[in-house]
Amino acid sequence: MAKLSKTAAIVGAAESDEIGEVPGKSALQHHAEAAHNALADAGLKKSDVDGLFTTGFSTLSIGEYLGIQPRFTDCTWVGGSSFVVHVAHALAAINAGYCEVALITHGETGRSARVRGRGSGFSNPNQPQEQYETPYGIMGPPAAYAMACSRYMHQYGEERTRQGLAEIAVSTRKWAQLNPKAMMRDPMTFEDYHDSRWIAWPFHVLDCCLVTDAGGAVVVTSAERARNLKKKPVWVLGVAESHDHNMFSQMPDLTSTVSRVTGKAALQMAGVTHDDLDLAMIYDSFTYTTLVSLEGLGFCKPGEGPDFVKAQRTAPGGDFPLNTSGGGLSYTHTGMYGMFLLVEATRQLRGETGERQVPDCKIALVNGTGGQLSSTGTAILAVD
Amino acid sequence: MAEQTYDKPIPIPQPESDYYWKKAQQGELWLRRCDDCEIAYFYPRDICPHCFSRNTSWVQSSGKGTLHAFAIVHRAPHPAFKADAPYVTALVELDEGVRIPTNLVEVEPEPAQIRVGMAVEAVFEQITDEITLPKFRPAKSGL
Repeated sequence: MAKLSKTAAIVGAAESDEIGEVPGKSALQHHAEAAHNALADAGLKKSDVDGLFTTGFSTLSIGEYLGIQPRFTDCTWVGGSSFVVHVAHALAAINAGYCEVALITHGETGRSARVRGRGSGFSNPNQPQEQYETPYGIMGPPAAYAMACSRYMHQYGEERTRQGLAEIAVSTRKWAQLNPKAMMRDPMTFEDYHDSRWIAWPFHVLDCCLVTDAGGAVVVTSAERARNLKKKPVWVLGVAESHDHNMFSQMPDLTSTVSRVTGKAALQMAGVTHDDLDLAMIYDSFTYTTLVSLEGLGFCKPGEGPDFVKAQRTAPGGDFPLNTSGGGLSYTHTGMYGMFLLVEATRQLRGETGERQVPDCKIALVNGTGGQLSSTGTAILAVD
Repeated sequence: MAEQTYDKPIPIPQPESDYYWKKAQQGELWLRRCDDCEIAYFYPRDICPHCFSRNTSWVQSSGKGTLHAFAIVHRAPHPAFKADAPYVTALVELDEGVRIPTNLVEVEPEPAQIRVGMAVEAVFEQITDEITLPKFRPAKSGL
C-alpha cells in the first residue's frame, strides 16, 4: 500500500451554492451544484471526468443528471464515511488505469425533507433491523449512539465522560463561529450544554449533529495531472477502510469503532505519526462519535478520551485543532456528513479558511464514520 | 390492546426467523446456536457467523441476562412512538452470551432507576395475533 502513497491528489473541493436550510432545492441539485463548483475549483471541465463516485443515490442517477458517462463507476454505500472510502477507491482506480479524473459527489436535503415528507417510513422487511430493532423504537441514529455512550459511561465513568462530551460540543461551536457557512454560530457555554433538553439520554440536543440541506464534491486525479492544475495538490498519503457490523445491536464493542484498524493502516501507508498531524477532521454525528474515534485512531488510549479533550484544547487557539469547520454539530450535517470533512481538510491544507485557518497546516487526518458506528474510512492528506 | 390501533412497525417474519416469532408467540425466547463452535448467536441465521458452519440449531434461552446498554428516548424517531416517549431502548446480554436489542419495561424512564449491569428478565408483549415482542424488565427480587 505504501507504494500508492502520494500517487493521487484532491484537486477540487466545494459545497453546493447554499447550505443549511435550503427548501427550494432538491438533493440532486445539491449534487450538481457541488460538482460544478468543485470542477471549477480544480480548473477542470465536466468532459474531463471519467470516474464517478457517489452514495445515497446510485451513480446511475448522478451520471444521468449531470450527463456523465464514466468508464469507472462506484456507489459504495457504507454510510457517512462513504466519501472517504471513495477517495481510497479513486486512488486505486487511478493507479490501475481505470480512470484519471474522479468526481465524488454528495447531496441530501435532510432538513427540508422533514417538511416535504419522506414517505411512510418502514422499509425493507428483509433487513434484520426491521424485525429486531425498529419495532422497539430503535430507529435512526440517536437511540443507538446513545446506548453505545451509556456503555462507555458505565466502563469509564459517567461524570468524566459527560465533561468530555461537553468539551467537544463547546469547542466545536467556537470553530463554527469562525465559519460564515456554519448554521449554528451563537456562542455556547458549558451551562448551555448541560441545560439543553434530552433527545435520548445520555444525549442532550447539543450532543447531536444538525440536520441540514447541503451538497459537497471533491475531485481526485493522478499525481502527474494534479501538478499541472491551478491550485496546489492535496496529496492522498494514506487511506484505509473497514466495517464490523451494520445494525447497532451487532456491534462487537460499543466503545470501539473500526477506526482502531483504519487509523493505524492509513498512518502506516502515509508513513507519518500522530505527532506529524496539524489538523484532525473527525466525524461528529454525536459528541460521542468524536470521543470514541479519537481513542480508536490512537490519539489516546481507550477510556482516555475525556482527558484528551480537556480544557478546550480542541478549540481555536488550542494545541489540537479538531473539526475546524464547526463540524456536524454546528456547521452542517446532511445525514452522510463525511464529504464535508474532506472539503474542510482540503481548504485548510491550501490555506483558504480565513479566520479559522490553522497556522502552517501541512498534514491532516480525516476520519469518517458511517451507519451505526459501523464503518470508518480514514485518509491522511497533505500539501508539499 | 385489541380496540386500539397498533401503528408502530410490526416485524414481518422471514424464512430464517419464522420459528423465532412462533416461539415468542408462546412466550419463549429461542436462539440459534452452532453445534460445532458451540456459540449461541443473534439474530437467527442458518449459517454460523463465527465459524461459518452449517451445523446449527435452535436452543431455548433462559430469558435472563443483564442490561448491557440503554437509552431513554425523549424525542420519538417516528410519530408512531410519540405516545411512548420517554421510553427505554436497551441492549440485553443474555446468560447464553448473546446480545439482543429490546425495550426495558416496568421501570421509570429515569437514569437513576436504571443501571448498566442490572439483572433483567424477558417478558412477552403480544401486539397482534401473529406477533409477540420479547421485552425485558428488571429481574424480580430473589434472582
